[in-house]
Amino acid sequence: MSKISEIEGAGLEGPTLNVAPSPHVSDMTFTTKRMMTDVLIALVPLVAMSVFVFRGYAVKQLVVCVVACLASEALFVSMRGKKITLTDCSAVVTGIILALSLPGTAPWYVGALASVVAMGIGKIIFGGLGMNIFNPAMVGRAFVMIAFASLMGAGAYENPAGVVDAISQATPLNAFKGSGIATPVFDLFFGFTNGSIGETSALAALIGGIFLCIRRTASWEIPAGVLSCVVVLAGLADFAAGAGGHVLLHHLFGGALLFGAFFIATDPVTSPLTPRGKFIFGVGVGALVMIIRLFSGYPEGVMFAILLMNAVTPLINRWTIPHPMGDA
Amino acid sequence: MADQPTATERFLQGILPENPVYRQLLGLCPTLAVTNGMKPAITMACSVAFVLVCANVVISLLRNLLKPHLRIVIFTLTIATFVTIADRVLAAYLYQMSKTLGPYIPLIIVNCLIICRCEVCASKQGPFVAASDALGQSLGFGLALASIAAVRELLGTGGLFGYQLLPAAWPDWVIMVLPPGAFITLGLLLGLVNWYSARKSGGSI
Repeated sequence: MSKISEIEGAGLEGPTLNVAPSPHVSDMTFTTKRMMTDVLIALVPLVAMSVFVFRGYAVKQLVVCVVACLASEALFVSMRGKKITLTDCSAVVTGIILALSLPGTAPWYVGALASVVAMGIGKIIFGGLGMNIFNPAMVGRAFVMIAFASLMGAGAYENPAGVVDAISQATPLNAFKGSGIATPVFDLFFGFTNGSIGETSALAALIGGIFLCIRRTASWEIPAGVLSCVVVLAGLADFAAGAGGHVLLHHLFGGALLFGAFFIATDPVTSPLTPRGKFIFGVGVGALVMIIRLFSGYPEGVMFAILLMNAVTPLINRWTIPHPMGDA
Repeated sequence: MADQPTATERFLQGILPENPVYRQLLGLCPTLAVTNGMKPAITMACSVAFVLVCANVVISLLRNLLKPHLRIVIFTLTIATFVTIADRVLAAYLYQMSKTLGPYIPLIIVNCLIICRCEVCASKQGPFVAASDALGQSLGFGLALASIAAVRELLGTGGLFGYQLLPAAWPDWVIMVLPPGAFITLGLLLGLVNWYSARKSGGSI
């Protein structure tokens, strides 16, 4: 019985690559809503940490982005004459991830405009959930990053009157790039530093991220690729500077790397389909992050790295189509 | 040749039904490059109008002498002559604007909009029809450029023609005067025009 069903199962799975719009439904319990609920649960530690460190600033960004994302999703979907599906929670997830990637001091219109762009230009214009090429939250953030460079750049992180003393300083990566000041790794790991409101705590990102990977909502290959590549490249930079591991840990726990690797790069819609493709995607993100951090004018490159790799995702899919055995 | 459009038809077609930017998607290089402000956009539209009208009239007068295998060369040489005149006049009288527009005035030579009009209209019809065709197309091109530039300059700097229109608290959307803003604005306006025409003709998109 079991033998026959195994053979049948193998025949059914077959060698063909399913190209229906993702997220793909492999069993009936694995719905978009379940995935998005998982992501929301996984985001709890990050949201809690951001509210703890940035207090009112974090609450303001989260409320503005979530409300604006829901409103613009409803507006644009009804403009297309489709049924409004806010209940699958994908707009909420986009809103929270977008809010967590913004600096706490950015005025309300930054989050609101980023949300409108994320849902409109990032998602609905391509045909809605599952059809977008680029991660919507990162499209929105890239738009406001270039539109309001002064509100989103280094200056935006300078003076929030927060609860933790450390956050009246520059962000760790800015300080490190600008004046060579390294933040203690302990602070980076737990998150008592300045930064975009959701990126400061490596620990919170790891807790949420590992939960996502265990639930199979996020594919572990992507963060594994990102982190292994960053370890190698930052290790080289560390070795070149003779820093005895400090530079490596600084790159690993500083900035949005862990947040991006576990929560943004793993977006099933905009990442490759096959395990091998996912690993290649992750390695590409990690390499671009390190190139931007080490050699460009920006202190941080997670957003651009993910957007650039989103653009080559169809190419990676094509490269990594599994070939059936015995096929030439 | 019996049912060629008349001068009035040619003129009206250029404005919306065959708008060079929104309908034919021609001449997109200057459309994207110089629409970060109303002033450069209007200057560009006027230069294109001058070149297009002159080239169309000259080609129309030459139309019986054109040899099929040499016609593109004649078109290009004629256009190049008028582009050089426009370029030198701008450099002499509007030096700053000439610097701002940079290579985009000389690049009118390879603007496919003008070759398209020479080929479609001027090489087949008389100088009066050709001139009204050129005027209609130029007007359509100018309206398209002005509409894109208005959106970009207003959102990007809070004003038009360099005058502040929105309240001083307006946060400038710097991205709108940068190249990405050109693509986003063109795409959205193109969608708007398509949506409007589809609604008018009663069809669906």
